[in-house]
Amino acid sequence: MTDAPQSAHQTATDDPVEALRKRLGRLRGRELWHAIEELAESPALHRWFEETFPRHSAAMAEAVNRRQFIQLAAASLALAGLGGCTSQPREHILPYVNQPEMVVPGHPRQYATALTLGGLARGALVETHTERPTKIEGNPLHPASLGATDLFMQADVLSLYDPERATSYLRGGVLSSPDAFISDYLREWDALRANGGAGLRLLTGAISSPTLTTQIQRWLDIFPAARWHWHEPAHGTGGRLGAQLAFGRDLQPVFHTDAAEVIVALDADFLTHGPAMIPQARGFIDRRRMRAGTTTMNRLHAIESNYTATGAMADERLPLRPARIPAAARYLADRLGVASGGGDDDGLTPFQRRWLDRAAADLRAHAGRSLLLAGEYQPAAVHALAYAINQQLGNFGTTITMIPPPLTGTPDPHASLAELAEAIDAGEVDTLIMLGGNPVYSAPADLDLGNRLLKVRQRVYWSLYHDETASYANWFLPAAHELEGWSDARAFDGSATIVQPLIAPLYNGWTPHELLAILAGEPRVPGQELIRRHWSGRLDGEDPEEAWRRALHDGIIANSASHPEMPPMATDLPRRLFEAWAREQPAAPETLEIIFRPDPTIWDGRYANNGWLQECPKPMTRLTWSNAALIAPATADRLGLANRDIVELELDGRVVEAPIWVLAGHAPDCVTVHLGYGRRLGGRVGAGHGFSAYEIRATSNLWQAIGARLRRIKTGPPLAAAQYQIQQGEREFALQGNLENFRDDPEHFIHLHHAEEPVTDLYPEGAGLFKNEPLSWGMSIDLTACVGCNACVVACVAENNVPVVGEREVVRGREMHWLRIDHYIEGPADHPATIFQPMLCQHCEKAPCEYVCPVKATVHDEMGLNVMVYNRCIGTRYCSNNCPYKVRRFNFLSYANENETRALQYNPDVTVRMRGVMEKCTFCIQRISRARIDAKNEGRPVRDGEVTTACQSACPTRAIEFGNLNDPESRVVALKQEPHAYGVLEELNTFPRISYLARVRNPAPAAEEDVSPS
Amino acid sequence: MAQLFHRSANSVFRLTLLGLVLLVMLAGLAWSQWLQSDYIMGTNYPIIQPIPFSHQHHVLDDGLDCRYCHATVEISSFAGMPSTHVCMTCHSQIWTDSPMLAPVRESLLTRRPIPWVRVHDLPDFTYFDHSVHVNKGIGCSTCHGRVDMMPLIWKTETLTMRWCLDCHTQPELFVRPREEIFNMEYVQPADQLELGTRLVREYGIRSLTQCSTCHR
Repeated sequence: MTDAPQSAHQTATDDPVEALRKRLGRLRGRELWHAIEELAESPALHRWFEETFPRHSAAMAEAVNRRQFIQLAAASLALAGLGGCTSQPREHILPYVNQPEMVVPGHPRQYATALTLGGLARGALVETHTERPTKIEGNPLHPASLGATDLFMQADVLSLYDPERATSYLRGGVLSSPDAFISDYLREWDALRANGGAGLRLLTGAISSPTLTTQIQRWLDIFPAARWHWHEPAHGTGGRLGAQLAFGRDLQPVFHTDAAEVIVALDADFLTHGPAMIPQARGFIDRRRMRAGTTTMNRLHAIESNYTATGAMADERLPLRPARIPAAARYLADRLGVASGGGDDDGLTPFQRRWLDRAAADLRAHAGRSLLLAGEYQPAAVHALAYAINQQLGNFGTTITMIPPPLTGTPDPHASLAELAEAIDAGEVDTLIMLGGNPVYSAPADLDLGNRLLKVRQRVYWSLYHDETASYANWFLPAAHELEGWSDARAFDGSATIVQPLIAPLYNGWTPHELLAILAGEPRVPGQELIRRHWSGRLDGEDPEEAWRRALHDGIIANSASHPEMPPMATDLPRRLFEAWAREQPAAPETLEIIFRPDPTIWDGRYANNGWLQECPKPMTRLTWSNAALIAPATADRLGLANRDIVELELDGRVVEAPIWVLAGHAPDCVTVHLGYGRRLGGRVGAGHGFSAYEIRATSNLWQAIGARLRRIKTGPPLAAAQYQIQQGEREFALQGNLENFRDDPEHFIHLHHAEEPVTDLYPEGAGLFKNEPLSWGMSIDLTACVGCNACVVACVAENNVPVVGEREVVRGREMHWLRIDHYIEGPADHPATIFQPMLCQHCEKAPCEYVCPVKATVHDEMGLNVMVYNRCIGTRYCSNNCPYKVRRFNFLSYANENETRALQYNPDVTVRMRGVMEKCTFCIQRISRARIDAKNEGRPVRDGEVTTACQSACPTRAIEFGNLNDPESRVVALKQEPHAYGVLEELNTFPRISYLARVRNPAPAAEEDVSPS
Repeated sequence: MAQLFHRSANSVFRLTLLGLVLLVMLAGLAWSQWLQSDYIMGTNYPIIQPIPFSHQHHVLDDGLDCRYCHATVEISSFAGMPSTHVCMTCHSQIWTDSPMLAPVRESLLTRRPIPWVRVHDLPDFTYFDHSVHVNKGIGCSTCHGRVDMMPLIWKTETLTMRWCLDCHTQPELFVRPREEIFNMEYVQPADQLELGTRLVREYGIRSLTQCSTCHR
C-alpha cells in the first residue's frame, strides 16, 4: 500500500458506510440500485463487497492445480461416452389389485381440502397422480384462497413426504406401539375419573376445527377438573383483545381491502402475512389494476418498523420505531377528532407529523371508504383506538367488520401458556398431553418450559417431528399430516371446510381427532366417522349423503361464514386509552428496541425442515437458510456494524448471537429478529441454521421490547443471500411511474433510458416469428400487482421438480430457482422504494442462448418456446453466460433428492434433471402438452385460459397472465397492447415473450416535495 | 550387404496394411450391427413375466379387444394395465385352480399388485401419449406388432428416436382409418400413400418433430 489512491481506497474499506453516506448525498432522481453496496459504488467497496459476498470469487475458493486439472480433463475425455454403455434398468408395471372407479393412470385428479396456518384454513385443490399428492393449487370457491395459494400451502406437500418426519411411537424413548399408549392411558382411566381429571392438562395449538372443539368440550365434560391450554407462538392477540376493550366483546376484525380507497397500515404486513393474506392482497390489488383509461387507484400509507413487502407496496411509507407507533395512532386519532391529546411529548418529528397529517387528511377525505388497519402484533390499546378511528370515519360495515372469532378458546394463547407454567410450579399438573406446537422450543424464554416440564409426571407429546419437545416427553406419538387424515377447519371469516385425506398416513400417525377420541375413552374410531358424526344434521340439504358429498367436492360448507356483528362502542374509550398511555413511561429515545416477528418463509419454526421454504429468498432481505438481526443503515453506522458482523444480542439479561443484516428502509434505532431459526432437533434440513430469537423473548414483551443491546464480537461467514446475483449497472429492468403521469400520458409516463428506437437492421423481420402457428405462447406480468409474496417461486419449485441445493451452494450462487423475484430499489437508503420483479426465462424469439450452444441443446419450438433439451446438454454453460436475464440454472452437483419417500412428490410429467445439465423455465410445457393433447383428442382448438402456468395459478393477486399470442381474443394479447407494457432489455433485440406492465404508484399530493425525513 | 527381405515382402506388407484397414472397418461394421441387434435393442425375444400370459390365446382364440385390459388407451397417456380384478372377472369362473394363475390368486389374496415387467420402456426424459396417437389414426400393431400372434409378449420395434422420427416426419406412410386402430390383422392397402395423405388432412395430423413434443 504505497501509492496514494490505494490508501484512499483502504480508508474507504475501513468504513464502507462512510462512502455510502457520501454517495447518498449525491443521489438524485430515479436511479435504481439493487443492493446497498452497489449504491455506494467505489472500487474499494467492490473489493470489500467481494470479500463479504465471496460468490463472485467462489470459483477460486477450491483451487485445482494445473496438473490435477489436466488429469481430470484427460480422464473425462477417456471416459466420455461410457455413460451411453449402460443399458436401461428393468422396470415393473404395478397395476391396481382393484382399480378405484374414476382413477385413470396418467390423468391427475384434484381433491378439495384445506390447509391451516395458525389454526386458520386456506382452501386447496390437491393434485394427485394415482392417489399420490404432488401439487397444491388454490380452491376458487374458498374465501381464503380465491383460487390462489401462499408459499406455505405450496410447501406443505413437501412436508408430507419429509423423510425426517417422526415415524414411531416411543415410550420413554423406546420403540412402542399405538396400542401400548391406549392401554397405558386407559389403565389410568378409573383413577382420573375418580378425581375428575385433576392434574390432567391438554396443550394444543390454535384450533378452528368445529369437530375438535366439540371433542375437547366432551373431554372436559368427562374430566371436569382437567384444563385445556393453547399455545401459538406467532399468534397476534391485538385484534381480539382490542375488541374487548372497545366493544366489551371477544370479536375478530375482518378487513375488506377491496372496498377501501385509502388504507393506512399501522405496522401491518397485511399483503403477504398470515392466513387471510390472499383475500387481503387480492382486494387491495383489484383496486389498482392499471389499464389504458384507468384514472383512479387506491392509496396505501404504511407505518412500520421493519421493512416488509407491504411497506414496499405502499405509496407512502413512514419507517417508525415501535415505541412511536402508538404515538402515531394517537396523533391520527387527534387529527381525526376521535380524541385530543396526541401531544408534543410523543417524540414525533415535524416531518413525521406532516406525513401523518397527509394520511389523516386522506382518511377523512375518503371517510366510509377508508381503512385504518392495525397489525395483529400491535398492542390491544392501539387496536381499540384503531376501532374508534374507523368508527369515527364510518368504515364499519364497508371496509371492516367484526365477527365472532373463528378460533376456539380464550383470546390470548400466551396468557394460557403462562397459566400452565404457573400450574406446573404449583404442582397441579400430573399428566400433560401436548398436541404439536413444539412448546419447549417456542415458548417465551422466561417460562423455561423445558425444565418445568420435568416436574410433570406423565408427558405425552404428539407431533410431526421428533423435535426439541419430543426429547422431554415420556410418550411420543407421531402425528398424521394434514394431507393424511380427516379433519375440518374454519377460515379467517369463519367459513368451514372438511379436510379430507389425500393419502393414507405414511407412518401410522394419528389425527388430533383420533387422539382426542382416545383421550375421551373411544379408542380406534376412524377419523372420517368422527368428522361425519359432528357434521351430521349440520349441513344444508335434503339428502345428508349428498350434502356431505357436496361439502367435500366444493371444499367449503355453504353458508358457514360468520355473520358480522356490530355491538356499540364504549363512548369514553378514547379518553380511557389516552389516560392509560399518559401513565406509561415513555421510551428513552437512545435505547435500542427489538422487534420479534414470525419468519417470512419458515413461520414460527414449524417449516424449518422444509427445504423449499428454507431456500426461498425472504422478501426484502433476500436471505435464505438463515435469519439475521435486521437494522437500518443509520443504526449500523451509529453502532459501527456491517453485514457479516456477528453480534451479541442482549435483552433483559438473556443473550443470543446473531449475524447482522443492514436493511435499507428499516426504521432506525430498532432491530428486527425473526422467529423460527436456531433449531437443534427436528430434522437435518432445519437444525443448525440461524439463531433462535425465542431464547431472548419474554412473555411480557412478545412482539417488541425496549432496551436491547448489540455488541459486535466477530466477523462471521457470509450469509446465503440471493440478492447479489445481479448488479443493476446502467440498465433499467423494472420501470415505474406515478398515477398522475400515467393519466396524462400512459405511453411515455415511464422514463425509459432506452427510449430511442431499437436497432432493427439485424432482424428485418422483427418480432412475431411464429405468427402463422396455431399456438404461440406469451406472458404478461403486472408489476403494480406483484406484492413479492414468493408464492410463485415455491409453486414453480413444486411443479417443476426444481432441486434444493443447500446453504453452501446458495452462497456460491448456485441456487436453482427457475423463477425469482428481483428487488429493485429506488431513492435514498432511509426512504427506499422497492419494486418487485418476477424474473424467469423470457423465451426470447431471438434467444442469445441458442446461438452459443455447441450441441443445439437449447432451441426454439414452433410454439415460440425456447426449449431446453436435457438429453442433449453437455454442460458447457455458454448459454448461461450469454443470457442477459441470468435465468438459466446449472446442476453443478447431483441436487435431485433420490430418497424414496421424498421422490414420491416429484411431478411425473417433468424430467428430474441430473448433474451437469442446464435447466430453466419451460413455461410449464407439461401443462401446455396436456392441454394440447386434450384439445386434439376432442378435436377443438386450445381455449384461452386452458393452460395456466404454475406461477400464474399460485399468484394471490393474479399479476401473471399467460396465453396464446396468436389468439387475438386472448387476455394476454390485450395486456401486451397496454400502453405501459414493455419488454426487459428489449433494446437488445431479443424480442422477449414476456412483457411487463410498469409499476404505477399513487403518492399523496404534496408528498414528493416533502422528502426530508429530519 | 544383401537385401534383408525378399522382394515379395513389399507385397506382403502392403496386403497386411490393407488387411488391417479392412479389419478395422469390419470391426466397426460388426460393432454397429451389434448395436442395432435384437440383443441390444431388446427386440424379437420374449420377456419373462411373472405369469406366462399369452396375448395370442386371449386375443386370437378368445377374441378379447385390446381395450378390455388396456382400457385407458384412448383417453390417457398410459394405455392402462388390467387390475387383478379384471383378470378375475373370467378366472374366478374358468381355470380357477390352474397353477399358472397362482400369482393372480395370490395378488388378490394379499392385495399386492402383479409385478409385470415393462416391455416397451422409453427413457425417463421421453414423454409419450397413447391417446393422441390412437385418436390420430396410428394402430396398435404399427408399434406393437402382431401381438395377437405372440404366445409370450415381445417388442417388435426398437423404440429408438430415429424410429419415432421415421413416422413423425412422414405420418402418411403409417396412418390408418380410425375404425381400423384395434384391428390386429390390418394390412396397409396398395394406395397407402394416397389414403395416408387424405387421412393426414382429414385428421389434422401435423408433423411434430419439435424437441418439446416429447422432451420436457
